[in-house]
Amino acid sequence: MTTVGPPQPAGGQQLTEEQLTGQPGSRYRVVGRSPAHHDFIDKVKGSLHYAADWRLPGMLHGRIVRSALPSARISGIDVSAARALPGVVAVLTAADVPNNRIVEMASGGLAELEVSMPVLAEDRVRYMGEPVALVAAVTQQIAHEAAELVVVDYEELPGVFDVESARAESSPRVHDVGNTLVSWQIQCGDVDSALAASDVVVEGEYRSQHVEHAYLEPEAGVGWLENGVLTLRVSTQVIEHAAMIARILQLPQSKVRVIAAYMGGGFGGKEDMTVEPYLALLVWHTRRPVRMIWDRQESLVGSTKRHPFIMRYRTGASSDGTLTAQRVEILGDAGAYPNLSPRVLFAAAACACGPYRVPNASITSSAVFTNNVPSSAFRGFGAMQIVLGYESQMDELAARLGMSRTELRERNFLAKGDLLPTGERLGTCVEVGQTMHRAVALLGEPPTPSGPGKVTGRGIGCNRHPYGRTIWFRDKAAAWLSLQADGTLLIRCGVTDLGAGQAASLCQIAAEVLGTPLDDISIYIGDSALNPPAGGTFATRQLYMSGNAVLQAARELRERMAPVAADLLSVQPDGLEFAAGRVWPAGAAGADGAGDDAAPEAGSAAGGVSVTLAELAAACEQRAISTAHLSVWRAEAGSFDPRTGRGDTFPDYTYGTHAADVEVDTETGQVTVLRYAACHDVGRAINPMRVEGQIQGGAMQGLGYALTEDMDIQDGYAQAALFADYLIPNAQDYPDVLVDIVESGEGKGPLGARGIGEPPIGNVAATIASAIQDAIGVRPAQLPMTPERVLALIDARDA
Amino acid sequence: MTRRRLVLSVNGSDHEVWVLPSDTLLDVLHDELGLADVRYGCGEGVCGTCTVLLDGEPVNGCLTLAVQAAGRQVTTLRGLMGPGETLHPLQACFLRRGASQCGFCTPGMILTALDLVRRRGRPSREEIKYALVGNLCRCTGYTKILDAVEEYADRAADTPDGVPS
Repeated sequence: MTTVGPPQPAGGQQLTEEQLTGQPGSRYRVVGRSPAHHDFIDKVKGSLHYAADWRLPGMLHGRIVRSALPSARISGIDVSAARALPGVVAVLTAADVPNNRIVEMASGGLAELEVSMPVLAEDRVRYMGEPVALVAAVTQQIAHEAAELVVVDYEELPGVFDVESARAESSPRVHDVGNTLVSWQIQCGDVDSALAASDVVVEGEYRSQHVEHAYLEPEAGVGWLENGVLTLRVSTQVIEHAAMIARILQLPQSKVRVIAAYMGGGFGGKEDMTVEPYLALLVWHTRRPVRMIWDRQESLVGSTKRHPFIMRYRTGASSDGTLTAQRVEILGDAGAYPNLSPRVLFAAAACACGPYRVPNASITSSAVFTNNVPSSAFRGFGAMQIVLGYESQMDELAARLGMSRTELRERNFLAKGDLLPTGERLGTCVEVGQTMHRAVALLGEPPTPSGPGKVTGRGIGCNRHPYGRTIWFRDKAAAWLSLQADGTLLIRCGVTDLGAGQAASLCQIAAEVLGTPLDDISIYIGDSALNPPAGGTFATRQLYMSGNAVLQAARELRERMAPVAADLLSVQPDGLEFAAGRVWPAGAAGADGAGDDAAPEAGSAAGGVSVTLAELAAACEQRAISTAHLSVWRAEAGSFDPRTGRGDTFPDYTYGTHAADVEVDTETGQVTVLRYAACHDVGRAINPMRVEGQIQGGAMQGLGYALTEDMDIQDGYAQAALFADYLIPNAQDYPDVLVDIVESGEGKGPLGARGIGEPPIGNVAATIASAIQDAIGVRPAQLPMTPERVLALIDARDA
Repeated sequence: MTRRRLVLSVNGSDHEVWVLPSDTLLDVLHDELGLADVRYGCGEGVCGTCTVLLDGEPVNGCLTLAVQAAGRQVTTLRGLMGPGETLHPLQACFLRRGASQCGFCTPGMILTALDLVRRRGRPSREEIKYALVGNLCRCTGYTKILDAVEEYADRAADTPDGVPS
């Protein structure tokens, strides 16, 4: 079992009873516990139906014909042989797409070039794997055979495959408007003067790689026509893509419905559309149900990737270790189309200085087109790659100044009320120091080398990771609750569920406020037609957004019903308790909601001391008071000026620290992770077991990113053709991830929670690099830190 | 190619199916018999999401031809449950320990771990890790899966027939 330590006081105040007991029972009855909920029961039974599990009468099978070349002109497409194959029902090309131009404008048009992406390539392909044609056939086998029979004539064109070449004027242009999609600037103070006046200056260049999401469930879905509505049931993080699908088919938005199945993982890779536009086109043209499942090998080649970054840092400090200035240049490989690159590179810019106070900063962050597969959202979204940059600089500074790595960090941590380089003031507490001490403490005594030729080292990595959408989007989420006549509760909310318990957490929050037992709650999610919209599940925003929406809806519903309950109980409505399916007078519900044993008459509805929620629902009905309620929760709004690089960026941040012990084999360069610990301030843990699960899973993905995972693309050609070629961590590769959770109570999510979906992947590469540096005395600057690269560092050191 | 008749014994029931010699066990179980707990993840035998027990031994459904299952007992995750969908004790451990997130790998994990505990009694944590290398999970980081299997093995070791109640 992992460690969930006894909570320590946040910010030095007195421990509350809740913190002392480690049980929030003194304030909460449902929140803060770890019940297993509906979808997890289905998952251990194997009875959950994912996107690929639906079959419909007369269903066809769809298949995409993808470009074999990274950069080429299409001089002709011959579909006659494919169409002639028995069992083929449709073969579609660009000419069959009503509106073949998707314009994403991911930052809302604030600063990026306007570049459209075709649904199916017309006269030009810009990356290997780009969709060119579609096939629908009566069996999957025939669809595969027909796709092979589509003949595309290509004239190869020069391409550009790395961001530095792509920035040169003389380089081939991926799009006519230019290769720099966006270039963000954030400025404060006078960096040149401050660097010149600094006692020490360190600099470094750090590089990261293309990374594959590698969710275990490949992209999949079914589509059909029903009552004139094009309906898709797919594995997606974002049902709001219904609007884009309507534009592609030139249909009214009311004629497209997207239903999200519970996903078999997404991690950002199902944030852009995957199968949706292709399914939609095939259904629309054939008027029959269609299923599409991407092969794993197709997913490797054709799905979006994590942006490789080049990060150049120059950092100044005074002799006591106080940071004076930082200059940061970030280049991200967007690949062939914009997707979400403008926002990814914005997040990188906004978080480039990490959890540290930097009085003078100059940050540029650019997304650059290449003829590589498009990069887009992946857990961490730009704010994770740069942790390697700012944490490497802190370790270099500590080494230069002869200070300990923790002491240097402590001297520079941000605090509540501090200004960020954008001019924003931090509105919540910053417990990153506490997470650092706790993470290091979890490791225990430093290890000793296991034999000759082995050296050990300890590393740390701190981070500041945003949760919630970029603030200028004026984010909102809605939820609808209904107390049924029998006292049970329905929740409808357009949230999609990645497997992190997004829906289950909403049930816990509603149960806390309305007192409905969890087993009596049913939640309907992920339907663009039947649910109030909640925005997609990305940007670590759903607990923050939908959690607040459900909390608000539940409180408003409770407020409406409380006078009726008070009337039934003949008490004042103030302080009524909703617990265990009943409503109790103030103080009568007891800790577990079953009645306070200290009050002799409590617990007996017959005695008139409490009423059931069913009795309350009936009484509301008699008084013509609705027990259903829709509520819209809006995040704080703000604006950012891309010319000055000043303004509002994100609603708030989650802070954390990881610590690791490693052993390096100096003969082979092999890095063995001996112990790994992670600690984050989550504000409040709605479900502590799921918080731990997010941290452990994020850390493990981060270990793969740090040490083995590399979606190698050479001159536009993916080098991994098989899943076996792409090394995600298995059960044996790494030690258990030890977890400690800080609950500062100061987040902007429901009941003071902060988001934890993305943050824990951010620290890992920096933590491992820090540990390797501690072991061998040289800092790795390129990911993944393979044995070959580590050995080269050792050889260069000894040369 | 012509289809041939095959009787598959799955979770204690016989099913007559007509298959091509090239059809995989995964395709037949998922698409023909509608067993959604046997899942396509990679088609290469790398990820383990299509794991089933063939005469009690874990195999990858994507690398096994349906015809190879003739005359043998196929067990999928759902076959472990008792009447009324009562959870097998190992399923209960997975639930209690939070060992599922997205749940896609869960059937393969449970079947592979069950085979290990049946063979080894109380395996060490290292033995469990070794046995599960062919079942990838991208969500949990494995720690809670290992916790769940250890808890089950502990309880199994405490009962005379090796099956915890």
